[in-house]
Amino acid sequence: MIELKNVCKYFDTAAGTVKAVDDISLNIEKGDIFGIIGLSGAGKSTLVRCINLLERPTSGHILFDSVDLCSLSSSELRKKRRKISMIFQGFNLLSQRTALKNVCYPMEISGVPKSKQIQKAKELLEIVGLADRMDSYPAQLSGGQKQRVAIARALATDPQVLLCDEATSALDPNTTRAILELLKDINAKLGVTIIIITHEMKVVEQICSRVAVLDSGSIVESGDVRDVFLSPKSDIARDLILPKSEAVHSFNGGRTIRLVFDGSSSAEPVVANICLECRAAVNIMGADTKNIGGKAYGQMLLQLPDDENAQLRIIGYLNSHELKYEEVSEI
Amino acid sequence: MSEFFESIFGGGMLGMYGNAIIVTLKITLISTLMSYIIGIPLGVLLYGTEKNSIFPNAPVNRIVGLAVNIIRSVPFIILLVMTQPIAKLLVGSRIGDNAFIVYLVIAAAPFVARMIESSFHEVDRGVIEAAQSMGSNNLQIIMKVLIPEAKPSLIIGGAIALTTILGYTPMTYLIAGGGLGQLAIQYGLYRFDDTVKYISSLLLIILVQIIQEVLNHVAKKCDKRIRNK
Repeated sequence: MIELKNVCKYFDTAAGTVKAVDDISLNIEKGDIFGIIGLSGAGKSTLVRCINLLERPTSGHILFDSVDLCSLSSSELRKKRRKISMIFQGFNLLSQRTALKNVCYPMEISGVPKSKQIQKAKELLEIVGLADRMDSYPAQLSGGQKQRVAIARALATDPQVLLCDEATSALDPNTTRAILELLKDINAKLGVTIIIITHEMKVVEQICSRVAVLDSGSIVESGDVRDVFLSPKSDIARDLILPKSEAVHSFNGGRTIRLVFDGSSSAEPVVANICLECRAAVNIMGADTKNIGGKAYGQMLLQLPDDENAQLRIIGYLNSHELKYEEVSEI
Repeated sequence: MSEFFESIFGGGMLGMYGNAIIVTLKITLISTLMSYIIGIPLGVLLYGTEKNSIFPNAPVNRIVGLAVNIIRSVPFIILLVMTQPIAKLLVGSRIGDNAFIVYLVIAAAPFVARMIESSFHEVDRGVIEAAQSMGSNNLQIIMKVLIPEAKPSLIIGGAIALTTILGYTPMTYLIAGGGLGQLAIQYGLYRFDDTVKYISSLLLIILVQIIQEVLNHVAKKCDKRIRNK
């Protein structure tokens, strides 16, 4: 559906050329929720702006339904942009228009008759759960509500793709979760392909099916979220995935493993079972787990005892119970 | 008290002040209107041709910016003398109220253009980017995003332009124009008539206050960024 071919975006600055996006190729399938994750300055926002040509790539091609956007005239491009909507970290609503009028805007500029605009805007505000606030101005809405208006506005032109540029970064954790659920819903119900730019692994974890990890303008790793989460290959991915406590503790040279719960095992008391069955104590160095519908999600860092036999017993136990883990070397 | 008013507004005097107010307002309003007619496109051009703006064009931006700065840096009185041929060409005379309007417009249009440019700069860049991402063309961005979003600031700018132009109107005296300023100078300065001098000055002050207050109120009223009004 969207294919990036060797996309580069360089900026000339006083300090020399900055390669914000450096030879990136990506293929995003219809109906995907695709995450692009990276630390700030990795080039994520530039990359997403290249997709709808808010930033024109220095070189490379952007194919949208096999049409190269870079080759279109500006009026053809404007038509295509109506099929590629975007939401932003700062919401970017028109401050002098009500929620309803904000949702009308994209229809207004594409010549939809007024009565239809209003009817559709009302329906969309209903979908995002803001039917009762349609006459409010952005200043009267909370951050989460503003993003809901922005989402309704983005859907007004029946887009095939929705680009989300750090759409939840300005929101608190609960609101973030609610907005992500809404996006997931929209993906499922309307079949809109979603591309999410974020620096938070939990966003990718919660809704993405595939992910690309970006570092210094290049993709260092990509694939199914499950695979990347289970065995991250790049340092950046590791950094983003591992619980923050890891950096605080030093490992005393002991052997440490990272247990990954990806929903395939039930939320049984794994650590307690290890201790009981292997008759060995493990040290929990860090954990970030959730119990969703009786299934365990998340990860846990365990330091194994120094006794090699005990280590073997534990590894054996993990293998025999098909628990996913990887060894973590010292950092 | 009534005698006092009688002396100010009574008989022929009412005609004199009333006329002066009308002339001053006429000069101010027409000049401001014309300044905006010229200043709005210039302001849009200054804003739009800037780097990373909606239709970047460095040479145009440089040239228009330079022209605006040059005109703005010439003192009004010099500009008035320098542009007399233009007035002659446009209104058929170098002197009088109509010629004065020409001089005022030449002086004020670049000033208005800069104010409009700065009002547009107050509009969040992200909102314009969002409008672009939705497939707006430049005209739609100007008409439906920039101007409505900058409206409160544009109205405040309008109040500044009106009062500044009003402040320049007494100079009509130099080229045989009329108005409150002319009264103040003609009667107050040359005939030592303090009453006329102070009354016409007071009337000027009142006019400025009214314009400023009314437009500030309108600007505040139409600004939807303010919560809980």
